[in-house]
Amino acid sequence: MFKVLRDLLRYNREFLCGTLLVSIILGVVIASFFAPYDEMMTYAVIPDMPPGPEYWLGTNSRGQDMFWQLAASMRNTLMFGIVVALISRVIAIAVGLISGYVGGKTDQIIMAFNDTLGALPNIPILLLLVFVLRDQMTWPVLALTAALLGWTHDSRLIRSVAMSLRTREFTRHAAFSGMRTGQILLREHLPYVMPIVFFTTMNNLIWAIGLEVTLSILGFSDINRPTIGGMIYWANAHSAMVAGIWWWIAVPMVAVVMLFIGLFLLAMSVNEYIDPRSRLARMGA
Amino acid sequence: MNGFLIYVAKRFGQFVFVVVTGVTLAFLIAHFSPVDPVEQTLSLVTSFGATDPRSVEILRQSLRELYGTDGSLIEQYFLFWSRVVRGDFGPSLSAFPTPVMTIISRALPWTIGLLTLATIIAWVVGNTLGAIAGYFRDSRVMKVVGLFVMALQPIPTYISGLTLLIVFGFLWPILPISGGAQLNLEPGFTWAYITSVIQYGTLPALTLVLVGIGGWFISMRSLVSNIVTDDHVVYAELGGVSSRTVFSQYVARNAMLPQVTGLALSLGNVFGGAVIVEFIFNYPGIGKLMVAGIYAGDYSLVLGVTTFSVIAVAVAVFLIDITYPLIDPRVKLG
Repeated sequence: MFKVLRDLLRYNREFLCGTLLVSIILGVVIASFFAPYDEMMTYAVIPDMPPGPEYWLGTNSRGQDMFWQLAASMRNTLMFGIVVALISRVIAIAVGLISGYVGGKTDQIIMAFNDTLGALPNIPILLLLVFVLRDQMTWPVLALTAALLGWTHDSRLIRSVAMSLRTREFTRHAAFSGMRTGQILLREHLPYVMPIVFFTTMNNLIWAIGLEVTLSILGFSDINRPTIGGMIYWANAHSAMVAGIWWWIAVPMVAVVMLFIGLFLLAMSVNEYIDPRSRLARMGA
Repeated sequence: MNGFLIYVAKRFGQFVFVVVTGVTLAFLIAHFSPVDPVEQTLSLVTSFGATDPRSVEILRQSLRELYGTDGSLIEQYFLFWSRVVRGDFGPSLSAFPTPVMTIISRALPWTIGLLTLATIIAWVVGNTLGAIAGYFRDSRVMKVVGLFVMALQPIPTYISGLTLLIVFGFLWPILPISGGAQLNLEPGFTWAYITSVIQYGTLPALTLVLVGIGGWFISMRSLVSNIVTDDHVVYAELGGVSSRTVFSQYVARNAMLPQVTGLALSLGNVFGGAVIVEFIFNYPGIGKLMVAGIYAGDYSLVLGVTTFSVIAVAVAVFLIDITYPLIDPRVKLG
């Protein structure tokens, strides 16, 4: 594992750039734990200061230091994405492995359900839920809902690998030597799909964070809790662009673009690493 | 032809399944909501002045019938279905008593026009560029194009839209950034109105295209670069078939098949993106209607738009699915 990572860092430029970008974001997130004042506090510093030596990223019209605001927002937004990604990964892996291994009618039924869920447009359903729940719509509820909607594509990918594993020699060995189905899936098949799981996790993170940003920008989340989308929401609410406080909009936008491109590069390079054909092409064969 | 019928029947089954699940989901979510549309309308009506309790009671009863919140859960569910089939989602609360369906049908052409155009452009441009990049792997130009397209791909719709809005609305104001067409023009097939619609639609469509291209580009490039090494392509090249024919007939045609399936699968997401784009550019479509409905607390409008968009997306997916046999003759053979 570590050797693979080291090689990727050394020979794959995309992976290096991606790691770098994500590390910067993680650094900002870690910094949020050392914030000098409460992140929910308004008018803690002089409002509307442009970026400078005292306030690195400026301050907004609500009297918040953009740097600390960004740090707290990044932490919350990333937290949301990670929770969604984790829950939906568990579902995707379970469904994909079981469906692929069991096969037959079970597989057909599971996949019909899978495709149905995948064909539903997420945003309208989430918006309806937000509308209905209103103030009860806390971020864990939203994360759970997003996770329940966002696994279908990945379980299909995992299933396709599990289907090919099913007919391999070692699976028969395991079955004949008396391993239970659960054991075979967890101990024998799971390691094979891990690279795909890693790749889809990055994409799922991007999707989940995009969802959170979207809903917050529309004002459909707890707007007092700092998030990346929430920062843009407040900037819009104060017409930051018209007022000339460009850094209020620019800071969260640049940060989220950095995060997205970082995650995307990681996903791309790992995907390329998984695919032996592109690995050969890279080696010049 | 038999294979084609079986294929269509299967797709239709899937379509029905998706619609039933979506409508049921929308019903259940709405049913367990703390918002009661009847009480909300009542308070709206009674706030204009004193009304005697008896007429309030009569009003409540007729409103219950209007919104279909009478009877048990099962009864309400079937009532909801009969309303969905008839396309009757009750009156809108914020534009009382205009029926929700009238409001939706007013917004629908905007969304359909914007989405169809943007999706087709993104699909065609993304796939063409991707195919060229996959076929000419060593081309320097295509590498630069690839880098550019891939940097755009992970950026969410909102950020791209907002960036375009800032660039073309504030920094270099050459395009209109809000609305569907110039307000003082009479809608119709006049030259002025059509150019105005195109002008107003440019930025929203551009946003959707920019967001959409990357995905098609990446998957098409990898598909093509795999097909290029296939035996039938190598054979054709060795046999002296012109490289233009090899590219269009032997490579691109095969690579297109999964991309059509991908288009059907991605429509749900594309629609989600459209909601955001319409909100940013204040475009008078379904998405903006939905967001406005939520802000206004308009129960029947939000439920109507959600149900409608679930069905509309399913119909679009179904239509794309049944055109698939036209480009893949293998389906006809069954």
